[in-house]
Amino acid sequence: MSRSLRIAAAGIVAFGTLYALILAVLNAPQMQVNLPQQVALNLEQSGIDHPITAVLLNFRSYDTLLEVAVLLVAVVTGLALRERDALTAHTEQARDPMLHALTRRLLPLLLITSVYILWSGSYAPGGAFQAGALVAAAGVIARLAGYDIASRADVLLRLGLALGFILFLTVAVSAMFGGRPFLNYPEGWAGSLIFLIEAVLTFSIGLTLISLFVHAPGDSSPRGGDDDD
Amino acid sequence: MTIDLWYAIVGSIIVALSVFAFLTSRHLMKKLLAFNIMGSGVFLIMVGLPQHQHGVDPVPQALVLTGIVVAVSATALALVILRRYVRAGGNPAP
Amino acid sequence: MIVFDILLGIGLILAASGVFLSAQLFRSVVLFVVFGLLLAITWTRLQAPDLALAEAAIGAGLTGVLFLDTLGTLRKAKHKRHRKKETHS
Repeated sequence: MSRSLRIAAAGIVAFGTLYALILAVLNAPQMQVNLPQQVALNLEQSGIDHPITAVLLNFRSYDTLLEVAVLLVAVVTGLALRERDALTAHTEQARDPMLHALTRRLLPLLLITSVYILWSGSYAPGGAFQAGALVAAAGVIARLAGYDIASRADVLLRLGLALGFILFLTVAVSAMFGGRPFLNYPEGWAGSLIFLIEAVLTFSIGLTLISLFVHAPGDSSPRGGDDDD
Repeated sequence: MTIDLWYAIVGSIIVALSVFAFLTSRHLMKKLLAFNIMGSGVFLIMVGLPQHQHGVDPVPQALVLTGIVVAVSATALALVILRRYVRAGGNPAP
Repeated sequence: MIVFDILLGIGLILAASGVFLSAQLFRSVVLFVVFGLLLAITWTRLQAPDLALAEAAIGAGLTGVLFLDTLGTLRKAKHKRHRKKETHS
């Protein structure tokens, strides 16, 4: 009885949401500011030719800084919840030779692609987040194939996790020494500083996602599902 | 009606569907899936609605890009907590 | 092209409802990956190639892997719990 009551209540809430959202979408007021025009007007000064990267790391870099902070908080919580005995060196073992060979050839390709995407972010679609996701994908593939990168380089991992946020914050604060406001790049340096920040962010985002995957509690092996132990 | 407005409407339908699924499903992982899809619906509205008015708009696209990355890290953290809960003897489908 | 957009929108809604309606969790996760791929196509239709890149790598790839991995752990934990019950009784 309580289950059908629950479904009915949920249905009412969902219909209310749908009605309100459709009404809001159809009767949305006209925006006062023409944002695409504003971006196009200021694109010259940003030091970046691709509008989305310019928005992410110059016009609205405050959001991106806080986002990196959110990622850092998430990974610190994830690391705090891991189990000490979950990962040891002996989980690394030679498995399927085919998988082994394929992974060996695939990993460098993935890393090269991520560097290309990072580089192309300054003039075409691409950038730190997509490249970071590719790095993370490479790490996850390596983990699934049996390589244990994370426990080999524990100190490096921790440094790498925080490096993106630290560098971003350093650049943001150092602008204040020159009498400029917070998060304001010095003239002429914006392009190269943004690229430096992006490169480090790629590394940190990739490591963050990898370590959230690798240090998850329980049996991390994908084959653990159906095999009996 | 432009395609941007159409996708904004699709996004609102998806949000409503996932609100329903989030409230009714019992398994914690299914709740998490519903929450993820709700986020995707919100992203669709966020990109579709401004583009309906002004054409291609890089500002909401950049915000959604950060949103996608935050969503995946939040999901990963939620899954870590779920696994810890199950290992401690909890039942994922109360 | 408008037909393609309508079909894609309906496909998104169907994939989302498939995730919610299916009884097996494994099928839900696979449909979730399908939803992510359809969403990546949608971003290209909305002229947002950056989002399509990110969604294809993250929404379809990484999140799917995370969910599948957790599903494996949950199954294992369930097996263990059942076995414990059998030995106790």
